[in-house]
Amino acid sequence: MDKTVNQKAWFLVLPVFLVVAFSAVLPLMTVVNYSMQDTFGNNQFFWNGVGWFKELLDPSTDLGGRFLASLGRNLFFSLVILAIEVPLGIVVALSMPRDGWTVAACLVILALPLLIPWNVVGTIWQIFGRPDIGLLGYVLNAAGIDYNYVSNDIDAWVTVIVMDVWHWTSLVALLCYAGLKSIPEAYYQAAQIDGASRWAVFKAIQLPKMNRVLLIAVLLRFMDSFMIYTEPFVVTGGGPGNSTTFVSIELVKIALGQFDLGKAAALSLVYNLIILIVCWIFYTVMTNAGAERKPQEGAA
Amino acid sequence: MARIDLVDLAHSYGGNDAPQESFALKPVTMTWRQGGAYALLGPSGCGKTTLLNVISGIITPSRGKILFDGKDITPLSTQKRNIAQVFQFPVIYDTMTVGQNLAFPLKNRGVPKAEIDKRVAEIGRLLDLEPHLNRKATRLTADAKQKISLGRGLVRSDVAAVLFDEPLTVIDPELKWQLRSKLKALHRELDLTMIYVTHDQTEALTFADTVVVMHDGRVVQSGTPAELFDKPAHTFVGYFIGSPGMNIIPAEVRGREARIGGHVIVLNRAYDNLPAGAKIEIGVRPEFVEVVAPAPGLLTAKIERIDDLGRIRFARTRLGDAKLAARAPAGFTSSDGDAGLKFDPSHVHVYADSLLVEGAA
Repeated sequence: MDKTVNQKAWFLVLPVFLVVAFSAVLPLMTVVNYSMQDTFGNNQFFWNGVGWFKELLDPSTDLGGRFLASLGRNLFFSLVILAIEVPLGIVVALSMPRDGWTVAACLVILALPLLIPWNVVGTIWQIFGRPDIGLLGYVLNAAGIDYNYVSNDIDAWVTVIVMDVWHWTSLVALLCYAGLKSIPEAYYQAAQIDGASRWAVFKAIQLPKMNRVLLIAVLLRFMDSFMIYTEPFVVTGGGPGNSTTFVSIELVKIALGQFDLGKAAALSLVYNLIILIVCWIFYTVMTNAGAERKPQEGAA
Repeated sequence: MARIDLVDLAHSYGGNDAPQESFALKPVTMTWRQGGAYALLGPSGCGKTTLLNVISGIITPSRGKILFDGKDITPLSTQKRNIAQVFQFPVIYDTMTVGQNLAFPLKNRGVPKAEIDKRVAEIGRLLDLEPHLNRKATRLTADAKQKISLGRGLVRSDVAAVLFDEPLTVIDPELKWQLRSKLKALHRELDLTMIYVTHDQTEALTFADTVVVMHDGRVVQSGTPAELFDKPAHTFVGYFIGSPGMNIIPAEVRGREARIGGHVIVLNRAYDNLPAGAKIEIGVRPEFVEVVAPAPGLLTAKIERIDDLGRIRFARTRLGDAKLAARAPAGFTSSDGDAGLKFDPSHVHVYADSLLVEGAA
């Protein structure tokens, strides 16, 4: 079959090229430009080559030390919230009703935290956790637990993690629920006839049927938690000390606090690269998992 | 292995207080012989799947009892009933190999490993799944998957009955035949009670020795394929089974005569005690009516078209308001669209309010 060749179609794509150029390519190139230079204010720039990148990966320098420490904190944070939110989301999804009016009620309640803007979530928890006027902080202290997220590292971490779990477990639960809903009733009936226990049903039917949405949930939650900024910034401001300073908070400190545009640009490029690599890994894993599930015709 | 008795069994999805007319399954009492091959045949929504699910325990009936070998098992859960069921779409445990799929029901019941391996190997051989036992079950074709579903039922040595819920829906036509003969062979070999739900009469008639026809929640007839064909107990059975279905024509019946629009058709039996006020119809299969050249003494019909089915031709005719299909013998042609109808008296049945009336000899 001959396809019609018409080069005019390129004109239709042109607006997109322009928009992408101004919104993504040019800003990115500016960042690349900054990352090779140093500035002392007054719009004066000096060439620095790959100096910032070298420093960034060398833990003995100030920049490298701060970057690697915040990266470590960030990865730890992501792992912890994944370890809590994924199993918790599955449990919530499993215990949701399968039909009736209660389904709608559950969905609305689950969706509520997702609809609240980040900085509002941060503010809610910032006040909620205050030992003097916050309900949570006051009750905990009244119960004899010494809780103060402003002065205690562990309390600050617990607060930030619980806040994230509160905010985002719903997302995992909703995705899992969608996965569960797609399992035909016959599977449960067959399992009943096969004498499967509740646990066996979960392992043999529900988990395998959910693993596609679980991969998406893990990807979304990892990316989001790896880029987290607003909530911990509002609650702890990265403190006490640097204990809850994640990469994005560190980046803003360097870029806007110290106005070290060169260092900040180098850091954000590396940060971006990490996210791209993780995305690519997840994407590959997901498409491979999908390909494996396709039945081979004529195999019988 | 068991004989299954249904005693006054009924089910309503709207609860027991719903009017009986709305019941998905109206009260039925019947016995399924141990080792029999049964087909539950009926159009969609006739209650056949409900009946099947009641037997397997997925649905608890609103009324009545189910007995396995005389023991009341109505309150028992599906797990405790020793029933195997094959569903419309193959149910496969994705993460397991074919062998693990087959072993699953035994593992759940705590059967020793050596015993499991033995049974799995045996059933794998029986179903020709041997070469695939160590492969992931998801990678197989639909018919192989359906065999695995079946195998999971057969692997238990104590199954009382195997239930099939339209199991060939997703199978390619050419493989349907193979799989159906496989089922028949298994039935002979294993001496299992098999109940097969379908809306396809060919499937039902080729699989079963007893076909149970359901209509609107009721069992309207249960019999061998030949009985259903020769002597439909209900007009529904008449036109649902057979292709084309039975001709059902309103008529006045008195003694050994049926009158259609003033024309007399001779009957083989005498019908003197027909219920007064009932809707009287005669039923005759197209195979037993022949179109011939119009002649005095023959009922005359207008031919609308002639369907050539290869082996046999059927004339579609119009008789007043009624439509009637009849066999067109080789070489028959109609010049003016009129034809005479020749009835075979021994195959003309009389129905009162849709139910077969047995005439006196």
